[in-house]
Amino acid sequence: MTAALDTGTALGKPIRRKEDAHLLHGQTNWTDNIQLPGTVHMAILRSPMAHAKITKLDVSGALKQTGVVAAYGAKELGDLNGGVPCVWPVTDDIKMPAFPALAIDKVRQVGDCVAVVLATSAAAAVDALDSIEVSYEQLPAVTDMEAALKSGSALVHDEIETNACYVYKMPCGDYAASRAKADVVLARRFINQRLIPTFMEPRSVVAAPMGMSDEITIWSSTQIPHVLRVLLALVTGIPENNIRVVAPDVGGGFGGKLQMYREEILVTNLAKKLGRPVKWTETRSENMVATHHGRDQIQDIEIAATKDGKILGLKVTLLANMGAYLQIITPGIPLLGMFMYPAIYKMDSYDFTCTGVFTNKTPTDAYRGAGRPEATYVIERIIDELAAEIGMEPMELRKKNWITHDEFPFTTVAGLTYDTGNYEAATEKALAMFDYDGLRAEQARRRASGDPVQLGIGISTYTEMCGLAPSRTLGALKYVAGGWEHCTVRALPTGKIEVVTGTSPHGQGHETAWSQIASSILGVPVEDIEVIHSDTGRAPYGMDTYGSRSLAVGGQAIKAASERLVEKARVIAAHQLECSASDLEFINGTFQVKGDPSKSQALGAVAFEAFTAHNLPAGVEPTLQAEATIDPADFSFPHGTHLAAMEVDTETGQVKLRKYVCVDDVGMQVNPMIVEGQVHGGVAQGIAQALFEGAEYDDDGNLLTASLADYLIPSAADLPSFDTGTTVTPSTTHPLGTKGVGEAGTIASTPAIINGIVDALRHLGVTDVAMPASPQTVWRTIQAAKGGAK
Amino acid sequence: MAHITVTVDGTSYNGEVEPRKLLVHWLREDIGRVGTVVGCDTSNCGACTVLLNGRSVKSCSVLAVQADGCEVTTIQGLSDGNEWHPVQTAFKECHGLQCGYCTPGMVMAAVDLLSENPTPSEREIREGLEGNLCRCTGYHNIVKSVSYAADLMSAGPTKGAK
Ligand code: FES
Ligand code: FES
Repeated sequence: MTAALDTGTALGKPIRRKEDAHLLHGQTNWTDNIQLPGTVHMAILRSPMAHAKITKLDVSGALKQTGVVAAYGAKELGDLNGGVPCVWPVTDDIKMPAFPALAIDKVRQVGDCVAVVLATSAAAAVDALDSIEVSYEQLPAVTDMEAALKSGSALVHDEIETNACYVYKMPCGDYAASRAKADVVLARRFINQRLIPTFMEPRSVVAAPMGMSDEITIWSSTQIPHVLRVLLALVTGIPENNIRVVAPDVGGGFGGKLQMYREEILVTNLAKKLGRPVKWTETRSENMVATHHGRDQIQDIEIAATKDGKILGLKVTLLANMGAYLQIITPGIPLLGMFMYPAIYKMDSYDFTCTGVFTNKTPTDAYRGAGRPEATYVIERIIDELAAEIGMEPMELRKKNWITHDEFPFTTVAGLTYDTGNYEAATEKALAMFDYDGLRAEQARRRASGDPVQLGIGISTYTEMCGLAPSRTLGALKYVAGGWEHCTVRALPTGKIEVVTGTSPHGQGHETAWSQIASSILGVPVEDIEVIHSDTGRAPYGMDTYGSRSLAVGGQAIKAASERLVEKARVIAAHQLECSASDLEFINGTFQVKGDPSKSQALGAVAFEAFTAHNLPAGVEPTLQAEATIDPADFSFPHGTHLAAMEVDTETGQVKLRKYVCVDDVGMQVNPMIVEGQVHGGVAQGIAQALFEGAEYDDDGNLLTASLADYLIPSAADLPSFDTGTTVTPSTTHPLGTKGVGEAGTIASTPAIINGIVDALRHLGVTDVAMPASPQTVWRTIQAAKGGAK
Repeated sequence: MAHITVTVDGTSYNGEVEPRKLLVHWLREDIGRVGTVVGCDTSNCGACTVLLNGRSVKSCSVLAVQADGCEVTTIQGLSDGNEWHPVQTAFKECHGLQCGYCTPGMVMAAVDLLSENPTPSEREIREGLEGNLCRCTGYHNIVKSVSYAADLMSAGPTKGAK
C-alpha cells in the first residue's frame, strides 16, 4: 500500500527516483544488451586518413573469413548507401555537400566509414576487416579554419569549390554609431576549443525485421527516437508506418545522441536487405572519431563602451568549424548562440557574423549548451576584460549594465523577449554564499605579500535561451521541424495512470518528474503513475529530448492533458452522482458534490465507468483519456550567478578550484533533487572545458585525443563538491512557471573558471588564458606575460 | 578454446572460451550477465568493475581464462531485487546516479572502497573512485552517496530501499 499524496503536494518535492531500482541492480536494458536470435554483427572499416582518394577497395577477401555473412563498400551497397541528412539549412545559399554513409571515392575525416563486414559474431566481423584490401592516395588535410578560407586551400568537397559552408549575418541596431560614440573599444579573440561529448554509454544500434511483415524495429542509443523514425523513413524509403524506433535505457547523451548517424542508416538498411537482425556497438575509440564533436569556434569580439562602463554595442565575428560534413543541425549550432551574446546586458547595437567552415575533421553538432556556452564564454570574458580596462570592479560593471528585475519583460538588442528574471536576487545570494568580500580581502593580502599561490575570483552572470522551441521561430530560422511536444494521459480501469510522453530521457529522471506533475493534477499517487516514453510503438508522437526542452515544453503538455482528462472525468462523475458538472469539486483525486462530501466518486471509479461504458452521459465516448500537443509560447530564460575561487600557483602553473558557488534561477522546480543533480553535472562539464578537455588534431588531421586515455574527462579526484543554491522567478510564458535546467550549469561555469584564473594573474600582466587551462598552458602564459613586462 | 569454471553471483558456470576473450565480454555475451557494462577500450572508465574473489577489478582488463576457478560478484549479485545493499540504498537516497551507465562499476568500486576503509573522508572517496568515470553527476552526489553508505553500514545492515 502506498500513502496517498494530497493533490499538488507531489510537485516541488525531492522525491527519490523511480528509475533507480533497475539501474542500481543491473536489471538494465541498454541497446547493447539486446541479443536476438540470428543476429549478425556489423564492423566498420574506417579511414585512417583525414583526406584521401580511395584508389582501391576490394571486400571480397572478407567474405572468405569464418562467420562472415556479407561485406560491402559503397559500390556493393549501391542504393542502400543512404545519405546522412542535415535539417537546418541556415541560409538560402548554404553549401550542403552529400554525406553518404559509406564514403564514395574519397574520405574526408579520420573515422569516415569505408566498408562494412557482417558476421555471426562481433569478433569475427572485426577480424575480417583485416581481409579487406584498401589503398588510399593521401591528399593535403584541411585542418585550420583560417587557412581553409584562403584561396588555393585544398578543398574538403571539390564540387562546392570552397570550404566556406555559409555566412550568416544578423545586424541589430547601428554598431558603427555605437563604436563612434564609445570612449573604449576593446577587441579580443577567444578560442572555444573542440570538445567530445563522451557520454558514458557508447552508441549502439540493433535493427530487426519483424518476421514476414514489412515492419522493422530499430533499437538505438539515441536521444531522438521520434525524429529518427521520420528521418529513417525519408532516407531509407521504408514507409514510416512500418518503422518502430525504441530508445531503451540510454546512458547519457549531452547532445551527442541528438543525431541521425550513418551507422543507424547502415544497420537499418542491412537488416532489411539480409532479412535478419543486424547489430552494431561502437568501441570508445570509434566513439571519439565517429560521434559528432562540439564547440570549435574562433570568436572575435569587440565591445564598445563609455569610460564609466556603460556598454554601447557589441560585435561578434565567428568562424565555426563544421568538420567534414553537415550532420543533423551542424550549421545551426552557432545560431543558437547568436541570440545570447548580448546576454543579460542592455546595449544599443549588436552585430553578428558567422562563417561556417569545412575542415577534414569529425563533424561538429550539438554538445550540452550548443552555441550558448560559446556565447556566454566570450561575453563573460570580455566583460571582465572591459572592467580591467576601465578600472572598474567586474561585478559593479555587470550591475551597471544588466537588465534590472523591474524591467522585465525585456526585449534585448538581439530581438528576444526575456519574460522574467531577477539577476540582483541571484547575485546577492551567491555573493553571500561565496563570502565574496572575504575572498577579495584574501586576494589583496596574497598579492601584497607576493604569495606564490595567488587567488582569483571568477564571475559568470549568465542567462540562456532554452526550451526548444516555438515552431514559428524555428521556421523563421529555416529549421525544418517544429518544437512542440505531446502527451496522452490515460486513466485505466484499475485506477492506474499512464502518462505517454514524447520526451526521451537518458538520465534526466522524466519518469519521476512527469509522475509528479500528473500526480499534482490528478491526485493519484506518484507510484500509481507509469510514464511511457522513447518507443514510437507505445508513445507515437514526440519531438524528444535536447535543448533543455523536456520539462519546459513537454511539462506543459502533461499539465494540459491531465487537466483535460479531469474535465472529461468531471462530466462522467456528474452523471453518476446525478448533479451538474459545475457542482463538483475535484479534491485529492476525488469528485465531490459541493457542500455534500458524502456524495463523491474517485477518479479511479470514474475510469472504471468509462471503461464499462454502461452508464455514460449522452455524447460521451467510452474510455478516459486525454491528449495535448503544445507549442511553447516562447523560449525560456534561466539565469544565475556562478562564482569560482581559483588558486593559481604562479611557479608551477597548477590551478586549484578551491570553491564553487552557483545560484541558478530555473523557475519553478518539479523535483529540486533532480534540478540540483542537473546543475552539478552541467557545472562539471563546463569546468572540464575550462581546465581539462580539448580534442587535439595534428596537421595531417589525425585526432590525437582518440581514447579515454588521451581525452581527459575529469574524475572525482579532479573536482570539488559544489555549493548550489537557487532563486525562483517563475517563467510567465510557461504555464508551470518552469524554465530549463539541463544545460545551464555547462553554459555558466566555463567563463567563471577562466575569469578566476585570469583574475589571479592579472597583476602579472596576464589578460587571457587559453582553454583547457592545463598547468603547462598557465605556466607558459605567466612566463610570456613576464617576458613582455617592462 | 580453453575450458573455464567461474562462479558468478552465486551460480557456477562452465564453458569453452577463446583465450583472448575479456571477462566482461564473457559475462555479457556468453552467460548473459549484462548488468555489467563496457564504457571504453583502454581500461580508463571503470564501468565494467566487478569483484573478483572479493576485490574490485576492471573486468575489461582481465581475461575470462584468468577468472577460471574464481568467484565473481557483479552488480546483479550484490543483492537480490528486494534486498538492497546499503551502497545501492545510498545511491538512490543521495541521487548518486542519473543515466546509470557508470553505476554498476561505481557501486562495485564503492563497495570495495568501503570494505578497505569503512569511514573514508571526502578526499579518500574522491581518490578511491578515481578509476571510475561518470559524465552525468559531476561526482558531487556520488561522493555523498558513498559517505552515506558508510554511515548506513556502520549502523548495521539495512533492509529495503529508502
Ligand atoms: S570498460 Fe572501461 S575500464 Fe573497463
Ligand atoms: S550516471 Fe551517467 S555516467 Fe554516471
